[in-house]
Amino acid sequence: MSTTTFGTYGGRYVPETLIPALDELEAGWRAALADDAFHAELHHLATTYAGRPTPLTLAERFAPGKRIYLKREDLLHTGAHKLNNALGQAVLARRLGKKRIVAETGAGQHGVATATVCARFGLDCVVYMGEEDMRRQRPNVERMYLLGAEVVGVTFGTKTLKEATSEAIRDWITNVETTHYLIGSCVGPAPYPELVAELQSVIGREAREQVLAAEGRLPEAVVACVGGGSNAIGTFHGFLDDADVRLVGVEAAGAASLGTGRAAVLHGARSSVLADEDGQIADAHSISAGLDYPGVGPEHAFLRDTGRAEYRAATDDDALAAFQDLARTEGIIPALESAHACARARDLDAELILVCLSGRGDKDLDEALRALGRMS
Amino acid sequence: MSKKLVVYLMAEPETPELARAAVDGGADLIELGIPFSDPLAEGPVIREAAERALARGMRTRPCLDVLARIRGLVHVPIVPMTYAAILEAYGYERFAADAAAAGASSAIVVDLPVEVHPEVKRVQLIAPTSTDERIRTAAANTDGWLYVVSLTGTTGAREEVSQRLDALVARTRALAPAGLPLYAGFGVSTPEHARAYAEVADGVVVGSRAVQVAEDGPDALRAYVASLRAAIDA
Repeated sequence: MSTTTFGTYGGRYVPETLIPALDELEAGWRAALADDAFHAELHHLATTYAGRPTPLTLAERFAPGKRIYLKREDLLHTGAHKLNNALGQAVLARRLGKKRIVAETGAGQHGVATATVCARFGLDCVVYMGEEDMRRQRPNVERMYLLGAEVVGVTFGTKTLKEATSEAIRDWITNVETTHYLIGSCVGPAPYPELVAELQSVIGREAREQVLAAEGRLPEAVVACVGGGSNAIGTFHGFLDDADVRLVGVEAAGAASLGTGRAAVLHGARSSVLADEDGQIADAHSISAGLDYPGVGPEHAFLRDTGRAEYRAATDDDALAAFQDLARTEGIIPALESAHACARARDLDAELILVCLSGRGDKDLDEALRALGRMS
Repeated sequence: MSKKLVVYLMAEPETPELARAAVDGGADLIELGIPFSDPLAEGPVIREAAERALARGMRTRPCLDVLARIRGLVHVPIVPMTYAAILEAYGYERFAADAAAAGASSAIVVDLPVEVHPEVKRVQLIAPTSTDERIRTAAANTDGWLYVVSLTGTTGAREEVSQRLDALVARTRALAPAGLPLYAGFGVSTPEHARAYAEVADGVVVGSRAVQVAEDGPDALRAYVASLRAAIDA
């Protein structure tokens, strides 16, 4: 069994039924990483299908007096960074001979990315999504249907990403021999956190080269929003060895697993979690469905504890203000998730800053405009 | 030797009376659920029972108090069944010590792989997907008996008995130390199911259906357990 941990975080807290599948996944992943053909296939898909490399945009009017560069994952096919991971895992699932894919989704971006790669490769696709998220991210539900996925509404608990993830794992337990669980963030049992981070690290690798080309130096700080934490970990991985570059993760204030959580076990891993003193998981609250999750990837908990990364919070109102400002000053409508990163980046005490703009905001228009109406 | 009947009940204030009724009906072992908010191995019946119990304040310490009260009423082994999150918060060794002090015989931690936290002596689980090597390790490290998960899936009633139990039990008997009791569970709800499982394994675990019947009170549970007992002994 894997001993992959991040300090005391990570691990494999799942029923025995899944352990052999995780062993198989880990072996398949290691073999793929060592196989030039796997990397070549991923590179081909990234450049001919997904739209990589994504550009870097200097947001001069959004943050006067600073040099904030946006890494434009919103311009990736399907509109968010999630496709980097979904493509990689779909290629891996095919190598493992799995014909059926199950996934969870919060904001729907991972569900759309999964439905997309399943359509592209002819795989059966089932996506679990909380009913509350189906309501507030309706356009993404319609996209998944159009792409041929089955969307299963989760009707209990908070009816958001936490329960959707639990139900996806229960489906996987039931159908483990035919099914690959295409988890959407750097969470879950080993080897998923490491695997997702590696597939998303293309963001940080590209961005580092692009900033160097544009500025001739590295950014002072790298900022990304953190729900489960996959766009942040992918961005951070490009700069982990650059000790002078600050890594700043931005959580939703009502879902600050790293800011206000405690060590606990959720969805197969030990990490920093919104939980009570008995280990029962608490509810998270965010206007952004993608950040509305009480857990976070174990590597983030490790980076927090070691001091390599710092984590801050942005409120719903902070995010909405940045959402509106970025639209009006740059002509870019960000995902509400990414707006959290933009909000903290512009008041950060640094001048040259890289922000991962993890997704576009089309999916959020109804929710954001309703909330902005309340604010004005 | 007669086959063992294991009955699962969720820890609630009324559970001691229910446990006594289950034992009166013929249960040989009580598995006591300590609820967790996000139980990955559970189907809807036990998940909802856990949600109800948590809403009534059934956190770890009150659950151990319920266990101690059951200990005062029955003479069969009581095994707490829960999730790693509970032990992580309570402390692994502290949980093992306090559960034992309350009268528990061993524990079942459904999402704690056999390789980790050996300080918590516990009943290990094997599943149809387990490799031979993992079955050997589980059998070598289990505490008293081995929990045979008869199917790939979550807890809850099924129409038909698992077609995979025979092969799994046969494979396990060839790998486990001679005489290690194998109790099979998941998907058992009717006396016919219980009988079919008992013909293959050394014991049968009944969970979701027992939790449902327990909602109708001790008399209903006693009658239900007696019907399982009769089928197993027939």
